[in-house]
Amino acid sequence: MNSLIHARGLVKRFGDFTAVDGIDVDVRAGEAFGFLGPNGAGKSSTMRMIGCVSPPSGGELRILGMDPRRDGPAIRARLGVCPQLDNLDPELTVLENLVTYARFFGIPRRAARERAAELLDFVQLGERAGSKVDPLSGGMKRRLTIARAMINQPDLVLLDEPTTGLDPQARHLVWERLFRLKQQGVTLVLTTHYMDEAEQLCDRLVVMDGGRIVAEGSPRELIEAHSTREVVELRFPTDDQGTYAGKLEGIGERVEVLPDRVLLYVGDGDGALTEVHRRSLSPSSSLVRRSSLEDVFLRLTGRTLVD
Amino acid sequence: MLPRLLPALDGMARRSAAVAGRNVAALRTAYWLVLLGGLLEPVFYLFSIGVGVGALVGEIPLPGGRLVGYAEFVAPAMLASSAMSGALTETTFNFFGKMKFMRLYEGMLATPVRPIEIALGELSWAMLRGSLYSAAFLVIMVAMDLTTPLRALAAFPASVLVGFAFGALGMTVSTLIRGWQDFDMISAGMFVLFLFSGTFIPATAYPDVLRWIVEVTPLYRSVDLIRGISLGSLGFVQLLDVLYLLAMLVGGLFVAGRRMERLLCR
Repeated sequence: MNSLIHARGLVKRFGDFTAVDGIDVDVRAGEAFGFLGPNGAGKSSTMRMIGCVSPPSGGELRILGMDPRRDGPAIRARLGVCPQLDNLDPELTVLENLVTYARFFGIPRRAARERAAELLDFVQLGERAGSKVDPLSGGMKRRLTIARAMINQPDLVLLDEPTTGLDPQARHLVWERLFRLKQQGVTLVLTTHYMDEAEQLCDRLVVMDGGRIVAEGSPRELIEAHSTREVVELRFPTDDQGTYAGKLEGIGERVEVLPDRVLLYVGDGDGALTEVHRRSLSPSSSLVRRSSLEDVFLRLTGRTLVD
Repeated sequence: MLPRLLPALDGMARRSAAVAGRNVAALRTAYWLVLLGGLLEPVFYLFSIGVGVGALVGEIPLPGGRLVGYAEFVAPAMLASSAMSGALTETTFNFFGKMKFMRLYEGMLATPVRPIEIALGELSWAMLRGSLYSAAFLVIMVAMDLTTPLRALAAFPASVLVGFAFGALGMTVSTLIRGWQDFDMISAGMFVLFLFSGTFIPATAYPDVLRWIVEVTPLYRSVDLIRGISLGSLGFVQLLDVLYLLAMLVGGLFVAGRRMERLLCR
């Protein structure tokens, strides 16, 4: 089985600091693969190594079957990169941003114009082709950056936190476009600290924390392996939610105390809630929901994803 | 070796051209006003000092003893210093802005473009711009009878070389800059060079030690080269000038490419 990305014991150090601490990753053609983790987990450093703009400090890395240290330009010719911070050209129009970028790949001007027009339609910016970049909204800029990443018809698209900083509506629009790319068979690799984003887009993901991979699988596999089917969220009218932990003992598989609420990990949420009331505990609010990747992360690292 | 090297060089040239092409696309903005400013500056100096002050100075002697009009003496120095300032402006202020504030090079480096190709592309663009200034200024010099058309033609490639050399130097300086405050030092440095590089008075007028310092500065070598051509007083020393500028070009480009790689590909 040929992997588009193949990493073994991959390490990235900046001086004394180890950002990526020996990770193994394989990404196959056609899949949407995610790096999930909080800020500082080593996701962006990993992405920069995969994007061949940051040399690995150790371990083995093959991208598209080639060595990033030696074949950087040849690999980058077949990658599409959407960075975390937009670096669109503010002195050019929306259309020129794409055409100019295409030239860096050696795409002839005429072909570049055609491809740029198609892509602008795809990301729903066709009507803004002649506009400068600055007046665009954050969501529009991100869509333009995604279009720019597609200009060379890449085999592999790298998206570093594609919806961070966008409002909910703009996020859904970006997700929808990325989902369309996925359906077209484009291999996507993305980083995110949003569990809903990972659940929406990723076929398979790794959970990163402190430069290491702490779990790997599909969102469903991870939830099944590391969490219960349902979660009951309880808020008690007190400053210290922890005082209730003992009183909840035995209701579910596990009790997790957060600063503002208590989580009960259970098979049957409604049954558990009945038991809570039977013990005459009266939370000011309660909610029964399905387990999510957030719970997986909490279980694996003892911390929440978004601080 | 050669069959492998040629396609590699071809790709390098194409990608560098694409980097320069980005600036052509950006010309439609207010940037062209900056270009016009650079064109007029040496002309203003030529008229105010070369012609204006020149009327008071009269003729001055060249090292060989030949007497020339003051405007004739000053004009080639204005050409050299405008080639310097045009190249330095483009490769320091504009280059730094693109690198740090617009983060343009990060985007470029996600493509097959390499740091050295960005350096080459930006330098070529700076030179295209500088050459236009030089050509326009040489036309003015010929029109004012400060040199002959044939010498002007010969001075043109020399001024392009001056621009290339300073452009490569400027790019290296850009990679060392920490923030906007450092630009004051660049401006000050440029102004000192502009005043004391044998531009307005011959270097022979200085005391020996100062003269020595002046004569190893890059703008002095540039003025010496272009003045030698425009006044038709060429000698071996101009060959030295050319070698000096070539070394500056190659060295600057090499260091800039390496430092960019270290800054951007961490």
